[in-house]
Amino acid sequence: MALKRTPLYAAHRRAGAKMVEFAGWEMPVQYRGVIEEHLAVRGKAGLFDVSHMGEIEVRGTGALDFCQRLTANDVARVQVMQAQYNFLLNPQGGVVDDVIIYRVKPEAYFICVNASNIDKDFAWLARHAGADVEVENQSALYAQLALQGPAAQDILQALTAQPLAALKSFHFAFADVAALRCMVARTGYTGEPGFELYCDGAAAPRLWDALMDAGQSRGLVAVGLGARDTLRLEKAYPLYGHELDDTTTPLEAGLEWVLKLAKPEFFGRERLVEQKQHGVTRKLVGLEALEPGIPRGGYGVFKDGVKIGSVTSGTKSPSLGKAIALAYIASAEAVLDRRLEVEIRGRKIPVKIVSLPFYRQ
Amino acid sequence: MEFPEGLKYSKEHEWVLVEGTSATIGITEYAQEELGDIVFVELPEVGEKIVKDDPFGAVESVKAVSDIYAPVSGEVLETNEILPDNPETINDDPYGDGWMVRVELSDIDDLKDLMDADEYAEYVAQQKEDDDEEEDEDEDDDEEKDEDEDDEK
Repeated sequence: MALKRTPLYAAHRRAGAKMVEFAGWEMPVQYRGVIEEHLAVRGKAGLFDVSHMGEIEVRGTGALDFCQRLTANDVARVQVMQAQYNFLLNPQGGVVDDVIIYRVKPEAYFICVNASNIDKDFAWLARHAGADVEVENQSALYAQLALQGPAAQDILQALTAQPLAALKSFHFAFADVAALRCMVARTGYTGEPGFELYCDGAAAPRLWDALMDAGQSRGLVAVGLGARDTLRLEKAYPLYGHELDDTTTPLEAGLEWVLKLAKPEFFGRERLVEQKQHGVTRKLVGLEALEPGIPRGGYGVFKDGVKIGSVTSGTKSPSLGKAIALAYIASAEAVLDRRLEVEIRGRKIPVKIVSLPFYRQ
Repeated sequence: MEFPEGLKYSKEHEWVLVEGTSATIGITEYAQEELGDIVFVELPEVGEKIVKDDPFGAVESVKAVSDIYAPVSGEVLETNEILPDNPETINDDPYGDGWMVRVELSDIDDLKDLMDADEYAEYVAQQKEDDDEEEDEDEDDDEEKDEDEDDEK
């Protein structure tokens, strides 16, 4: 089956992007080079096409209760024009997807979901929706661009009358950017200040060009999925399918801050309360290689020759110049500074457990 | 893309510089471009025997690991010591400072299976054409769709 393309496919080819398959989409993995793009985001600004991600709207008189029941975080705290990082949970307390929920109207929540989980999430939500909730998959309508980096606000401000300095973190506004209607959110996946912009698919090419023009003098570059991954990994942000899946709980993933166990009723509550009381058997930790070699997803983690876990993601960090990785290991071994080993293609190289995030500005 | 005349080339995009009974090996301009930023290089030990067509090391880009395949059989005499600390040298100078290993050839006949610069250039052009053809076919489909839409207006 042919891969899907975002409205920006032609723009990526023109910019010389190397395209790869991701979650059934043909996406740019890099333009000038992963390291250069990564450092540009940390130092100036980068523009990402994330239109492959999905958008599902949940609305109706039962919308809040529905969202509360199906997620980990407390959705009642989200005001209109506010956003929240959250997990869809299953009855075992495992993560169905990690999402951002935007409350666009008092009884309407716009949920941004991972590209790899669009169909799964929509089916899951639709299955559990009662008569007082409408669930609509709007993914085909929207394109999404992420503008991230210290220069992001200046670049975006040049194209909009919306006062961006007043837009707080995890809040959003409907505004015209380059005369194109957008939902402008102060959210991101890079650890740098920045915005995520949702617009009509048809408007995406013009929005992309306008941002690239406005950003030229400020060092804005196009950034692909390669650098998107190194940026998030340096900040220890999870990637679904690696650090999170149906079997991982927020407690195991070290993301307890997202979980509000005081919520009276939600999928997985019992199991998670129990897990909190008894402790988790495995924990996600950060590893730093002590000798040359790069731990990669799937490689085994060892202590005294015994396998105690696996790497979920790993790379050579462009900002730190070191090999870093996230891994699930037996909880008993999850002690800061502990020396372990990762097996890299038949050789065991020493690593140590480090605190997260790996990179701090 | 043009390739240096004095070298021989393998289908796996390695180059070989023959010097008497020994040979120096690296990866080509095409290979380094395809890989992107190289961040780590795994090389065999001096004294190790490498076997034609078997992997003898690896180059890692930020995202992925790629095996390098021995274009010839032989014993490793020397490895490029600057690569561990400066793996990006392969990107910058794949035929010069980015050389990877030097081996004592165990069978001079191995060279017969390698391509010369012109043959390799053709081989690479074909690989690129195959990639482009797929893209062009898809683009033609898109163009046809656009044309139909215009007709409807």
